Amino acid sequence: MTAIAMTTDPREDALRLIGRKRLIAMGVPALALLYLTYIFFAFDVPGLAQRARMDNAVILLSDAVSYKIHVTRDNRDDSITVSVEGSRRATFPQEHIPDWIVTEGNRTVIDLNDGHVVTYDGPLVTYDLPDFGPIVITIDDPIGLDLPVAGPVPEFINASDSRVVVTTSAGRLTVTRSRADTFRYFWGWELFFFDLQSPFFGFTPGEVLRAAFSSERVDPALPNWQAIIRDVWYNSIWRHGEVVWAIGETALMAFLGTFGAAIIALPLAFVAAKNFAPSRVARFGVRRLFDFVRGVDALIFTIILSRAFGPGPMTGALAIMITDSGSFGKLFSEALENTDRKQIEGVQSTGANAIQRYRFGVIPQVMPVLLSQVLYFLESNTRSATIIGAIVGGGIGLMLTQAIQTTSDWEKVTYYMILIVLLVIAMDSLSGWLRRKLIKGDEAGR
Amino acid sequence: MATVLPASAQLTEIREDYLELTRRRRMYSGILLIAFAVTFIAGFRIAENRNAGTFRDGFHRIFDFPRELIVEAWEKSANLPGHAARAFPALVETVNIALVSTLIGCLLGTALALGGTRGLAYWPRLIPVMRRISDIFRAVPEIVIALVLIFVMGGGPMPAMIAIAIHTAGAQGKLFSEVNENVDLKPLEGLASVGANWWQRTWLGVFPQVMPNYLSYSLLRLEINIRASAILGFVGAGGIGSELRNAMTFGQGRFDEAAAIFLMLFATIVIVDQISSLMRNSLTEGHRTA
Repeated sequence: MTAIAMTTDPREDALRLIGRKRLIAMGVPALALLYLTYIFFAFDVPGLAQRARMDNAVILLSDAVSYKIHVTRDNRDDSITVSVEGSRRATFPQEHIPDWIVTEGNRTVIDLNDGHVVTYDGPLVTYDLPDFGPIVITIDDPIGLDLPVAGPVPEFINASDSRVVVTTSAGRLTVTRSRADTFRYFWGWELFFFDLQSPFFGFTPGEVLRAAFSSERVDPALPNWQAIIRDVWYNSIWRHGEVVWAIGETALMAFLGTFGAAIIALPLAFVAAKNFAPSRVARFGVRRLFDFVRGVDALIFTIILSRAFGPGPMTGALAIMITDSGSFGKLFSEALENTDRKQIEGVQSTGANAIQRYRFGVIPQVMPVLLSQVLYFLESNTRSATIIGAIVGGGIGLMLTQAIQTTSDWEKVTYYMILIVLLVIAMDSLSGWLRRKLIKGDEAGR
Repeated sequence: MATVLPASAQLTEIREDYLELTRRRRMYSGILLIAFAVTFIAGFRIAENRNAGTFRDGFHRIFDFPRELIVEAWEKSANLPGHAARAFPALVETVNIALVSTLIGCLLGTALALGGTRGLAYWPRLIPVMRRISDIFRAVPEIVIALVLIFVMGGGPMPAMIAIAIHTAGAQGKLFSEVNENVDLKPLEGLASVGANWWQRTWLGVFPQVMPNYLSYSLLRLEINIRASAILGFVGAGGIGSELRNAMTFGQGRFDEAAAIFLMLFATIVIVDQISSLMRNSLTEGHRTA
């Protein structure tokens, strides 16, 4: 290098160097851009505009933060059913029907707020829309539609011979020959604490608190505070008890997987480390084993293990354990190769045997490094445990995928997502706290 | 000799103190170790109870499925190249998802890291905001974003790509900002003194210092993202993962296809790991000699 540099003009040399750097500075972004252009077409981004279902996005967002109450009349027997999201499990009992629905004989008046009123009256269904007038729908064959003004049917009404749908800002009315259905929208998550079967349904938070400390039993079988906990835990819509178990399973998978992997990897790492390996053949074999395990990947292990152990958290924990023992083995053996021989020799000079040498000469040196790596993995494995849970069928990952597959429980999806993020953040802070605590303690102690 | 006595007394005292300290430390470590062992075993038993099959029943069956797979693949080894060729476009898709999401995620992560480092940020007031954004991006598992996006966008590689890119941006944002903390500010001051603006200072003063580390972390992330992209496919996001899932549902007698996909996936992961580790080694070597 120096010989060439001496024979050429240093200025030319510098210019050539700058030129080459500029070429790299321009060339790499150009290549990246070229690749992204290829991806743009390979991933069919232009077609995405047609495939994307923006209406789905709207459903998702509005359903995640609001809910609707269905007021359904069966046109054959004139019975009225009031339920949350049309779910049979969340049907209001007669005595709890909200006061914005008034039934007198055959006539039901539903107040949708802002002056919007829907009336079911025998074969006539009327939607009284402010600034527009009453829209009268007659249940007949075909269904009749009378607008207050003559002219074309406005956009917010979708009418055919068998079905009329009126969608407004306050709610939605659907009339078919067999039934009339009115939706009223509310903010928030419905029945989050108490479902409709609970005696505490409809209590304000203050009333619940007062009831908890009152000796007058709402449910004669149990003291109030126990009944409150029971009703929340066994809430039939949100199933808080199962969710808590699922979160626990996910955390458990991460915990067992991470620490189990560390326990398996530690002795093997000694065999794989250059300065501790009993023989070169053993070292080579163990290192290839680590490489193989890391290469096979969690997905493949998860599939294989769920065939052997069936679905559940243990299968997930074992999958994480096997995958990570490869990564830990590699990391640990590298840490062991970086140990200082002097401490070991010092311990040896006192007549220590092999086990004592490792315990007092090696472990104190590598422990901080090992622990901090294990704790880093604990946090990332919490995330892996959600996805592995979705495959093996355990934990919050399974509940999340099931809720998404129904494509209607978006409030639950949102709830699970928030819980997962909170779990990951909690594990992150826990592992950070432990790392600071244990490793600092070790440093001070030695 | 008179001076020795108090010294030896002191020595005894020190020794007693030391032994006492050691005993206490050993007891604490012992308690910690027992507590850990109890938690671990209890946790394992809970997990086992909530599992469909027990550890003992399943243990000897671990190798049943791999054996079945290998036997079948061996018998129909003539079919393997055909299956591999059929699944190849899906593999390319998986690799592309990983590459694009790493590229985009690392670019976003660079922006987040620059915006979140004191002394380098363009808007110093937004530093906490940038840090929180990267924390949140990092905490959201890919599967959550991917599944929601599949509902909105329909199938295809885009949902997985976006999901992995978002997580990558958060993770790299944190790693890169740790690299940025160690940036030597003198070149920046030098550039500022000749009137360089923020872009010029960053481009000429920061990037040359951090680039080797950034690239090395990005390559590591590529290794992670290849795996993430395969596993996301299995839960519904396309690519080789969904091919594998389909092949698995065919069941016994048609495991040769699954075997071909297993082999391709394994080979891809190993190749990417090897290339990445070679490039990382050359990066650190180059950094050392420079």
